[in-house]
Amino acid sequence: MRGRLRRAWRILALPLISIVLSILVGSLVIIASEWLVTGELKPGLAIDAFTALVEGAVGSERAIINTLVSSVPLLLGGLAVGLAFKGGLFNIGVQGQFLMGVLGSVIVGVQLRESPAVIAIPLALAAGMLFGAVWGFIPGFLKATSGAHEVVTTIMLNLIALQVFAAAVNGPLTVQGSSSPITPDVGNAALPIIFGRNGHLGIIYAPLMAVLYGWLLFRTTRGFEIRIAGSSPDAARYAGMKPRRLIIWTMSVSGMLGGMAGATDLLGVSHQTASSYATTVGFDSIAVALLGRTSPIGIVLSALLFGALRTGSASMQIQAGVPAELTGVLQATILFFLVASPVVARLFRLKGARSGLEETTTFTSTYGGEATIR
Amino acid sequence: MTSESPAVRAPALEMRGITKRYPGVVANDSIDLDVRPGEIHALLGENGAGKTTLMNILYGLARPDGGQILLDGAEVQLTGPTDAIKRGISMVHQHFMLVPVLSVAENIVLGDETMTAAFFLDRNKTHRQIVELGRRFGFEVDPETKVGSLSVGWQQRVEILKALYRDARILVLDEPTAVLTPQETEEIFEVLRRLAAEGHSIVFISHKLYEVLEIADRITVIRRGKVVGQRIPSETNEEDLAELMVGREVSLVVDRGESTPAGAALKVEGLAVKDDRGQEVVHGIDLDVRAGEILGIAGVAGNGQDEFIEAIVGLRKPAGGRVTLDGKDITGLATRNVYAAGVAYVPADRHRFGLVLSFSIADNLVLTSYYRKPYARGMLRNDAAIDRMAVERVKAFDIRTPSADAKAGTLSGGNQQKVVVAREFDRDLRLLVVDQPTRGLDVGSIEFIHRQVIAKRDAGTAILLVSAELDEVLELSDRVAVIYRGRLVAVRDGRTADKNEIGILMATGGREGVANGEGSAAPGGGGTAA
Repeated sequence: MRGRLRRAWRILALPLISIVLSILVGSLVIIASEWLVTGELKPGLAIDAFTALVEGAVGSERAIINTLVSSVPLLLGGLAVGLAFKGGLFNIGVQGQFLMGVLGSVIVGVQLRESPAVIAIPLALAAGMLFGAVWGFIPGFLKATSGAHEVVTTIMLNLIALQVFAAAVNGPLTVQGSSSPITPDVGNAALPIIFGRNGHLGIIYAPLMAVLYGWLLFRTTRGFEIRIAGSSPDAARYAGMKPRRLIIWTMSVSGMLGGMAGATDLLGVSHQTASSYATTVGFDSIAVALLGRTSPIGIVLSALLFGALRTGSASMQIQAGVPAELTGVLQATILFFLVASPVVARLFRLKGARSGLEETTTFTSTYGGEATIR
Repeated sequence: MTSESPAVRAPALEMRGITKRYPGVVANDSIDLDVRPGEIHALLGENGAGKTTLMNILYGLARPDGGQILLDGAEVQLTGPTDAIKRGISMVHQHFMLVPVLSVAENIVLGDETMTAAFFLDRNKTHRQIVELGRRFGFEVDPETKVGSLSVGWQQRVEILKALYRDARILVLDEPTAVLTPQETEEIFEVLRRLAAEGHSIVFISHKLYEVLEIADRITVIRRGKVVGQRIPSETNEEDLAELMVGREVSLVVDRGESTPAGAALKVEGLAVKDDRGQEVVHGIDLDVRAGEILGIAGVAGNGQDEFIEAIVGLRKPAGGRVTLDGKDITGLATRNVYAAGVAYVPADRHRFGLVLSFSIADNLVLTSYYRKPYARGMLRNDAAIDRMAVERVKAFDIRTPSADAKAGTLSGGNQQKVVVAREFDRDLRLLVVDQPTRGLDVGSIEFIHRQVIAKRDAGTAILLVSAELDEVLELSDRVAVIYRGRLVAVRDGRTADKNEIGILMATGGREGVANGEGSAAPGGGGTAA
């Protein structure tokens, strides 16, 4: 029993400390910026701000549903990044895969807006997943065949996705006769609301995807192959696995999850889209996967945390007068402390705490053409 | 601190009662060690005996829980490697810490503040110093050469030069001969003797008994963190040392018994293979391995043996030629299909290929069979079957671990290799390819692995053994083939082969045309000399 507790602490210590530290840094930022603006030193303001943040995120049924809704795309995106990490790949391209997911689901969703929901929803969702999968397949294929590093190619594809998306929405997808570039509503393809005012179906299936993610990785032979190839491509090759194919497979499925995140956001929340679809979900997903240490439970928890931060930021701005952007500071500092975990572990004398991010070594060890795949 | 006899000089290094505890183990239990100026002192012990811990303490990497370190009779507290180097202690690691893309001179100067203080390197001066230093100890080295293009033996000399460049008085060498040919070993010994003659003190870590007997002035044996004895080479022998080291009697010479080979199981005809850069490094090798015989391939690392093996097991596409197993063509088959045809492969680098250290022992035990029944049911893992098998094999192969769920990385080298052996040997095999099966292992584990290989041979498996350790090849093989620059230059009978002749063949390829030696009837083997 004590052994189990100790193990849990080893896993949780660094993420928890990172969160606490980021709250401290956030407090300092709040107090300092207030002092710069008004010349008054109000330490209590930090407490007010965080109280408002927590209340806004989980203080009422509506707040909780809002938090869940904003967690859904983060969860799916986090799983996308996490799966790639497990396979030794750094998918920075969730941003682009997300946009392609939005695009795919809006194209099919608008077409089927009059069809019965049982047909329209699955097809629109599948289209988004397919678009995302293609956007993940491309960097996977490039890496497997030419060794082009996925970090570079996915960043490029993010930009391409942004332009493709804008071109499509501005052009063929714009509502006939509308002066602003905006697509029609997806109508019947919209996800049904099952909780409160806006709690859509994604709240159910996104956690199921996390279960599926754990099942795939730890219960199937394919998951074993992905994890082995991710830890040691050489051993995978020796064992008779096919690392090239695994790279393509993993990136495609990762992209599919990213596309699903986008499709879910469109079909569940906005139902239509403008050409300037502003989102940072793709990048936040990287933080979610890292904070959750790529474990299914971890990703669920960190997606909830980041979702809560997003939701609570509005009431923090209204009630405490602290800009909503502060939550961005919090997210960034959490990540910062996680990445700096060796330093953090030393400061807090955390012996044996699992050094923050084995995952980031994925990046450093594969970047620079060192790992040749054969 | 009073030296009783004026003839005995004060030790250059003295470690007194060094104790180091880690949770659950006492790695060093009041160890005493003294090294005199100009002495070559061998430290002998099995893996996990505490040699590395002791040397880490000496190098300032670990703090002892008790005991003292004295240099020239004065107690010192070592704060880290930089401090140790400043005090004249240098270490040549088993895995060289050199940067392959930098030149010899750049590697030697690397990290030395005094040279970089002026920000610009004084090339001419350092080059001159390096050449002079090399000459003094009997080897000529070109400071401009890229380290990556040097042989292992030369890389080691660069490591030693690096230490000397930093004015090391006490030199610690961690298994320096592990990767060298007999000739290279002899050469490095010559260097060490010259160093000692100039008054340097050398700590020589090894588990090769005959080497220790040859080079050392004194030998300290440690077992389970304790000093169990000290010997002088003239008053001891290999059996005595092995018994001290292991704590029981060990058979040093493998009892390989008689082999009863049947027909050829593996037939290699004109196999040509290219390396990663597209250069052909194996030039048409012909070779047969009969069922129930061990064929050893002796050769200096980098003569094409890696590519040769990889081509046989399907990790590399051959550029030409044919490989057949029991008459069935397996040329260019995917690795998994080669394994399925009854081939097992124990790779040389178990950390990189043979195991995934961050995975459990159980996972590693199914690394090459996870997709098959009973370990998989369709696309699902059968964890119950995997666990059952893991527990059985851990017991059968005496893998020392608290549980089959422990990570492979927590095991000692010998036990890691047992995991690989347990996985690859525990099924019906037609051909077993073993590459450096005992590299870096202790005497007890070597004995175990050798027995397993011979048992496999006696069960009628054809065995292709590759090893840079000529002794291992000669002890185990029924026939020995020498590979040189991608060609087999000779095949000899393993029982009658002359070690010196093989060593020369390995180093030169037998340009004088030695291929007409005694040797057994070598089906398709010998005489393809360059």
